Amino acid sequence: MNNNETSKLAFVAVFFVALASFPLFSGNFGIDLVSKIMINAIFALSLELIVGGAGLVCFGQAAFFGIGAYMAVLLSSDSGPASLLWLLPVAVLAAGLYALVVGALSLRTKGVYFIMVTLAFAQMAYFVVHDTPLGGGSDGIYLTIKPVLGSVLDLDSPVTMYFFTLACLVVVFGFLAVLLRSRFGRALAGIRVNEQRMRATGFSTYPYKLAAFTLSGAIAGLAGFLFAVKDGFVNPEMMSWHLSGAVLVMIILGGLGHLRGALIGAFVFALLQELFKSEAIFGEFAKHWHLGLGLIIIAAVALLPHGLVDLPAQLRARLAGGLTGDSGLGGAATKKG
Amino acid sequence: MKQTEILLRGINITRRWGGLVAVNDVSIELARGTVHALIGTNGAGKSTLINMLSGEFPPSTGTVELMGKDVTAWPQDRRARAGLGRSYQRNTIYPTFTVFENCRLAAQAGAQKPWLWWQSANACEFSTSAARDAAARAGLETMLDRQAGMLSHGQKRQLEIAMCLATKPQVLLLDEPLAGMGADETERMLKLLEALRADHAILLVEHDMDAVFRIADVITVMVNGIKIASGNADFIRNSPEVRHAYLGEGH
Repeated sequence: MNNNETSKLAFVAVFFVALASFPLFSGNFGIDLVSKIMINAIFALSLELIVGGAGLVCFGQAAFFGIGAYMAVLLSSDSGPASLLWLLPVAVLAAGLYALVVGALSLRTKGVYFIMVTLAFAQMAYFVVHDTPLGGGSDGIYLTIKPVLGSVLDLDSPVTMYFFTLACLVVVFGFLAVLLRSRFGRALAGIRVNEQRMRATGFSTYPYKLAAFTLSGAIAGLAGFLFAVKDGFVNPEMMSWHLSGAVLVMIILGGLGHLRGALIGAFVFALLQELFKSEAIFGEFAKHWHLGLGLIIIAAVALLPHGLVDLPAQLRARLAGGLTGDSGLGGAATKKG
Repeated sequence: MKQTEILLRGINITRRWGGLVAVNDVSIELARGTVHALIGTNGAGKSTLINMLSGEFPPSTGTVELMGKDVTAWPQDRRARAGLGRSYQRNTIYPTFTVFENCRLAAQAGAQKPWLWWQSANACEFSTSAARDAAARAGLETMLDRQAGMLSHGQKRQLEIAMCLATKPQVLLLDEPLAGMGADETERMLKLLEALRADHAILLVEHDMDAVFRIADVITVMVNGIKIASGNADFIRNSPEVRHAYLGEGH
């Protein structure tokens, strides 16, 4: 294991330990906020698999998120709690199934067409829940009784919900980290870099992409499920293209091609959002938080094209560059003299 | 003595692009133990032919046989798994990966097992050893950890061949492997091709005539999509059609 890998591992370990100890210091507001961010991080990881892993830019990820969320609510009954044991897998499978269908059709296209087709499928799902009584229409529906795991887990308690979400995040992160090192993950990377060469080498690339897309949708469904259970409420906005765009911004902000990027991106995005929404800091301007957030994101992408994960390397390069730059100037000066 | 085991056969292959006939009724045979050079002016249809043999797109009419089997309807990846390797005119390596990973990924095509999601790709002995072998045969054994995009042009061409070899092909379709190479690099590549000839059937599309006449056992000449001559170096050198259509030009 080289230096680079050690520092990555250290970062992830510290990150998760910090998350695990956070509830010790935080009140309910913080626990709720970080739970939400962790769910977004799972959502961002799902997109990172398909965008960073296979190089396919999906602009309809919210549909899978929304399906996971709606499943959690629609399949729960009003008379008693559903068991997590079946409700969670069913929600995840449903999202994965929709991703399988969408992927099977959209993966025949490439580039900007793929972006548009995935968006179209997501909008389709959005309008199905928005304009039909199936999921309560545009008002959404409430989850009256949250699912349980026997008497072990009661997700009505914010702290339990927090740790359950953290456990899901760790499992998803670990799973993807292992997956991307496997032959499947390496083949995806090959497809991202040069799909034609992969075919010439003997890989049938379509099934690989479809498997990755389906898996990505299923993980997004898990995030949606957690979101619905945490808030006890779903509405069509969870499937809107705004959310697909936001999660795309998260992974770009964090740094494409790195799982850590999805984690960092989800956190920084949410924290910036909270910052610009804060009336205590921005007063009247807080109403226009989109503007501040947008400007910061534009600046971040312009200054750090490889995302926030690249920040340490950039700083090191700047520092080293600054030093050699000085000596270069000095050299020119002496030459002149 | 030459073996005459035909590994790849193109039979009466034609490709039309709208009104243009890029390849017109060309037949070609590649035998194990021979280097078959395909020469012709720019736009003669050489790359189009190679693309149909490797399965990039199907011929309009005609048949491709790989080791006696009709593979005309097979997609490219299936032909590749059946033993057909190709390199490209332009470098199509994975520039951000290491040399080793370029070769390993190519070798992985022979043992894909994508369901082993928990197992590191580097744990697959089959592909790691095939990758090391292929890199060594192509003369890259000392640069396994280099990033492929940082290699010199000649080394990238060697890597192209190494990636091709890593899939353990029987037939090699090499599209201008010598393009843009210096004299030393050309020499090294020709030695490599000599070594590969023994157990492969090689099709070589090449513009470097000195190299072609030195190494090729059979030469096929194409002009405007038509095969105008095919035979050994002496036959081609003395063929009036070839002189007229191709070698005579510019002299």
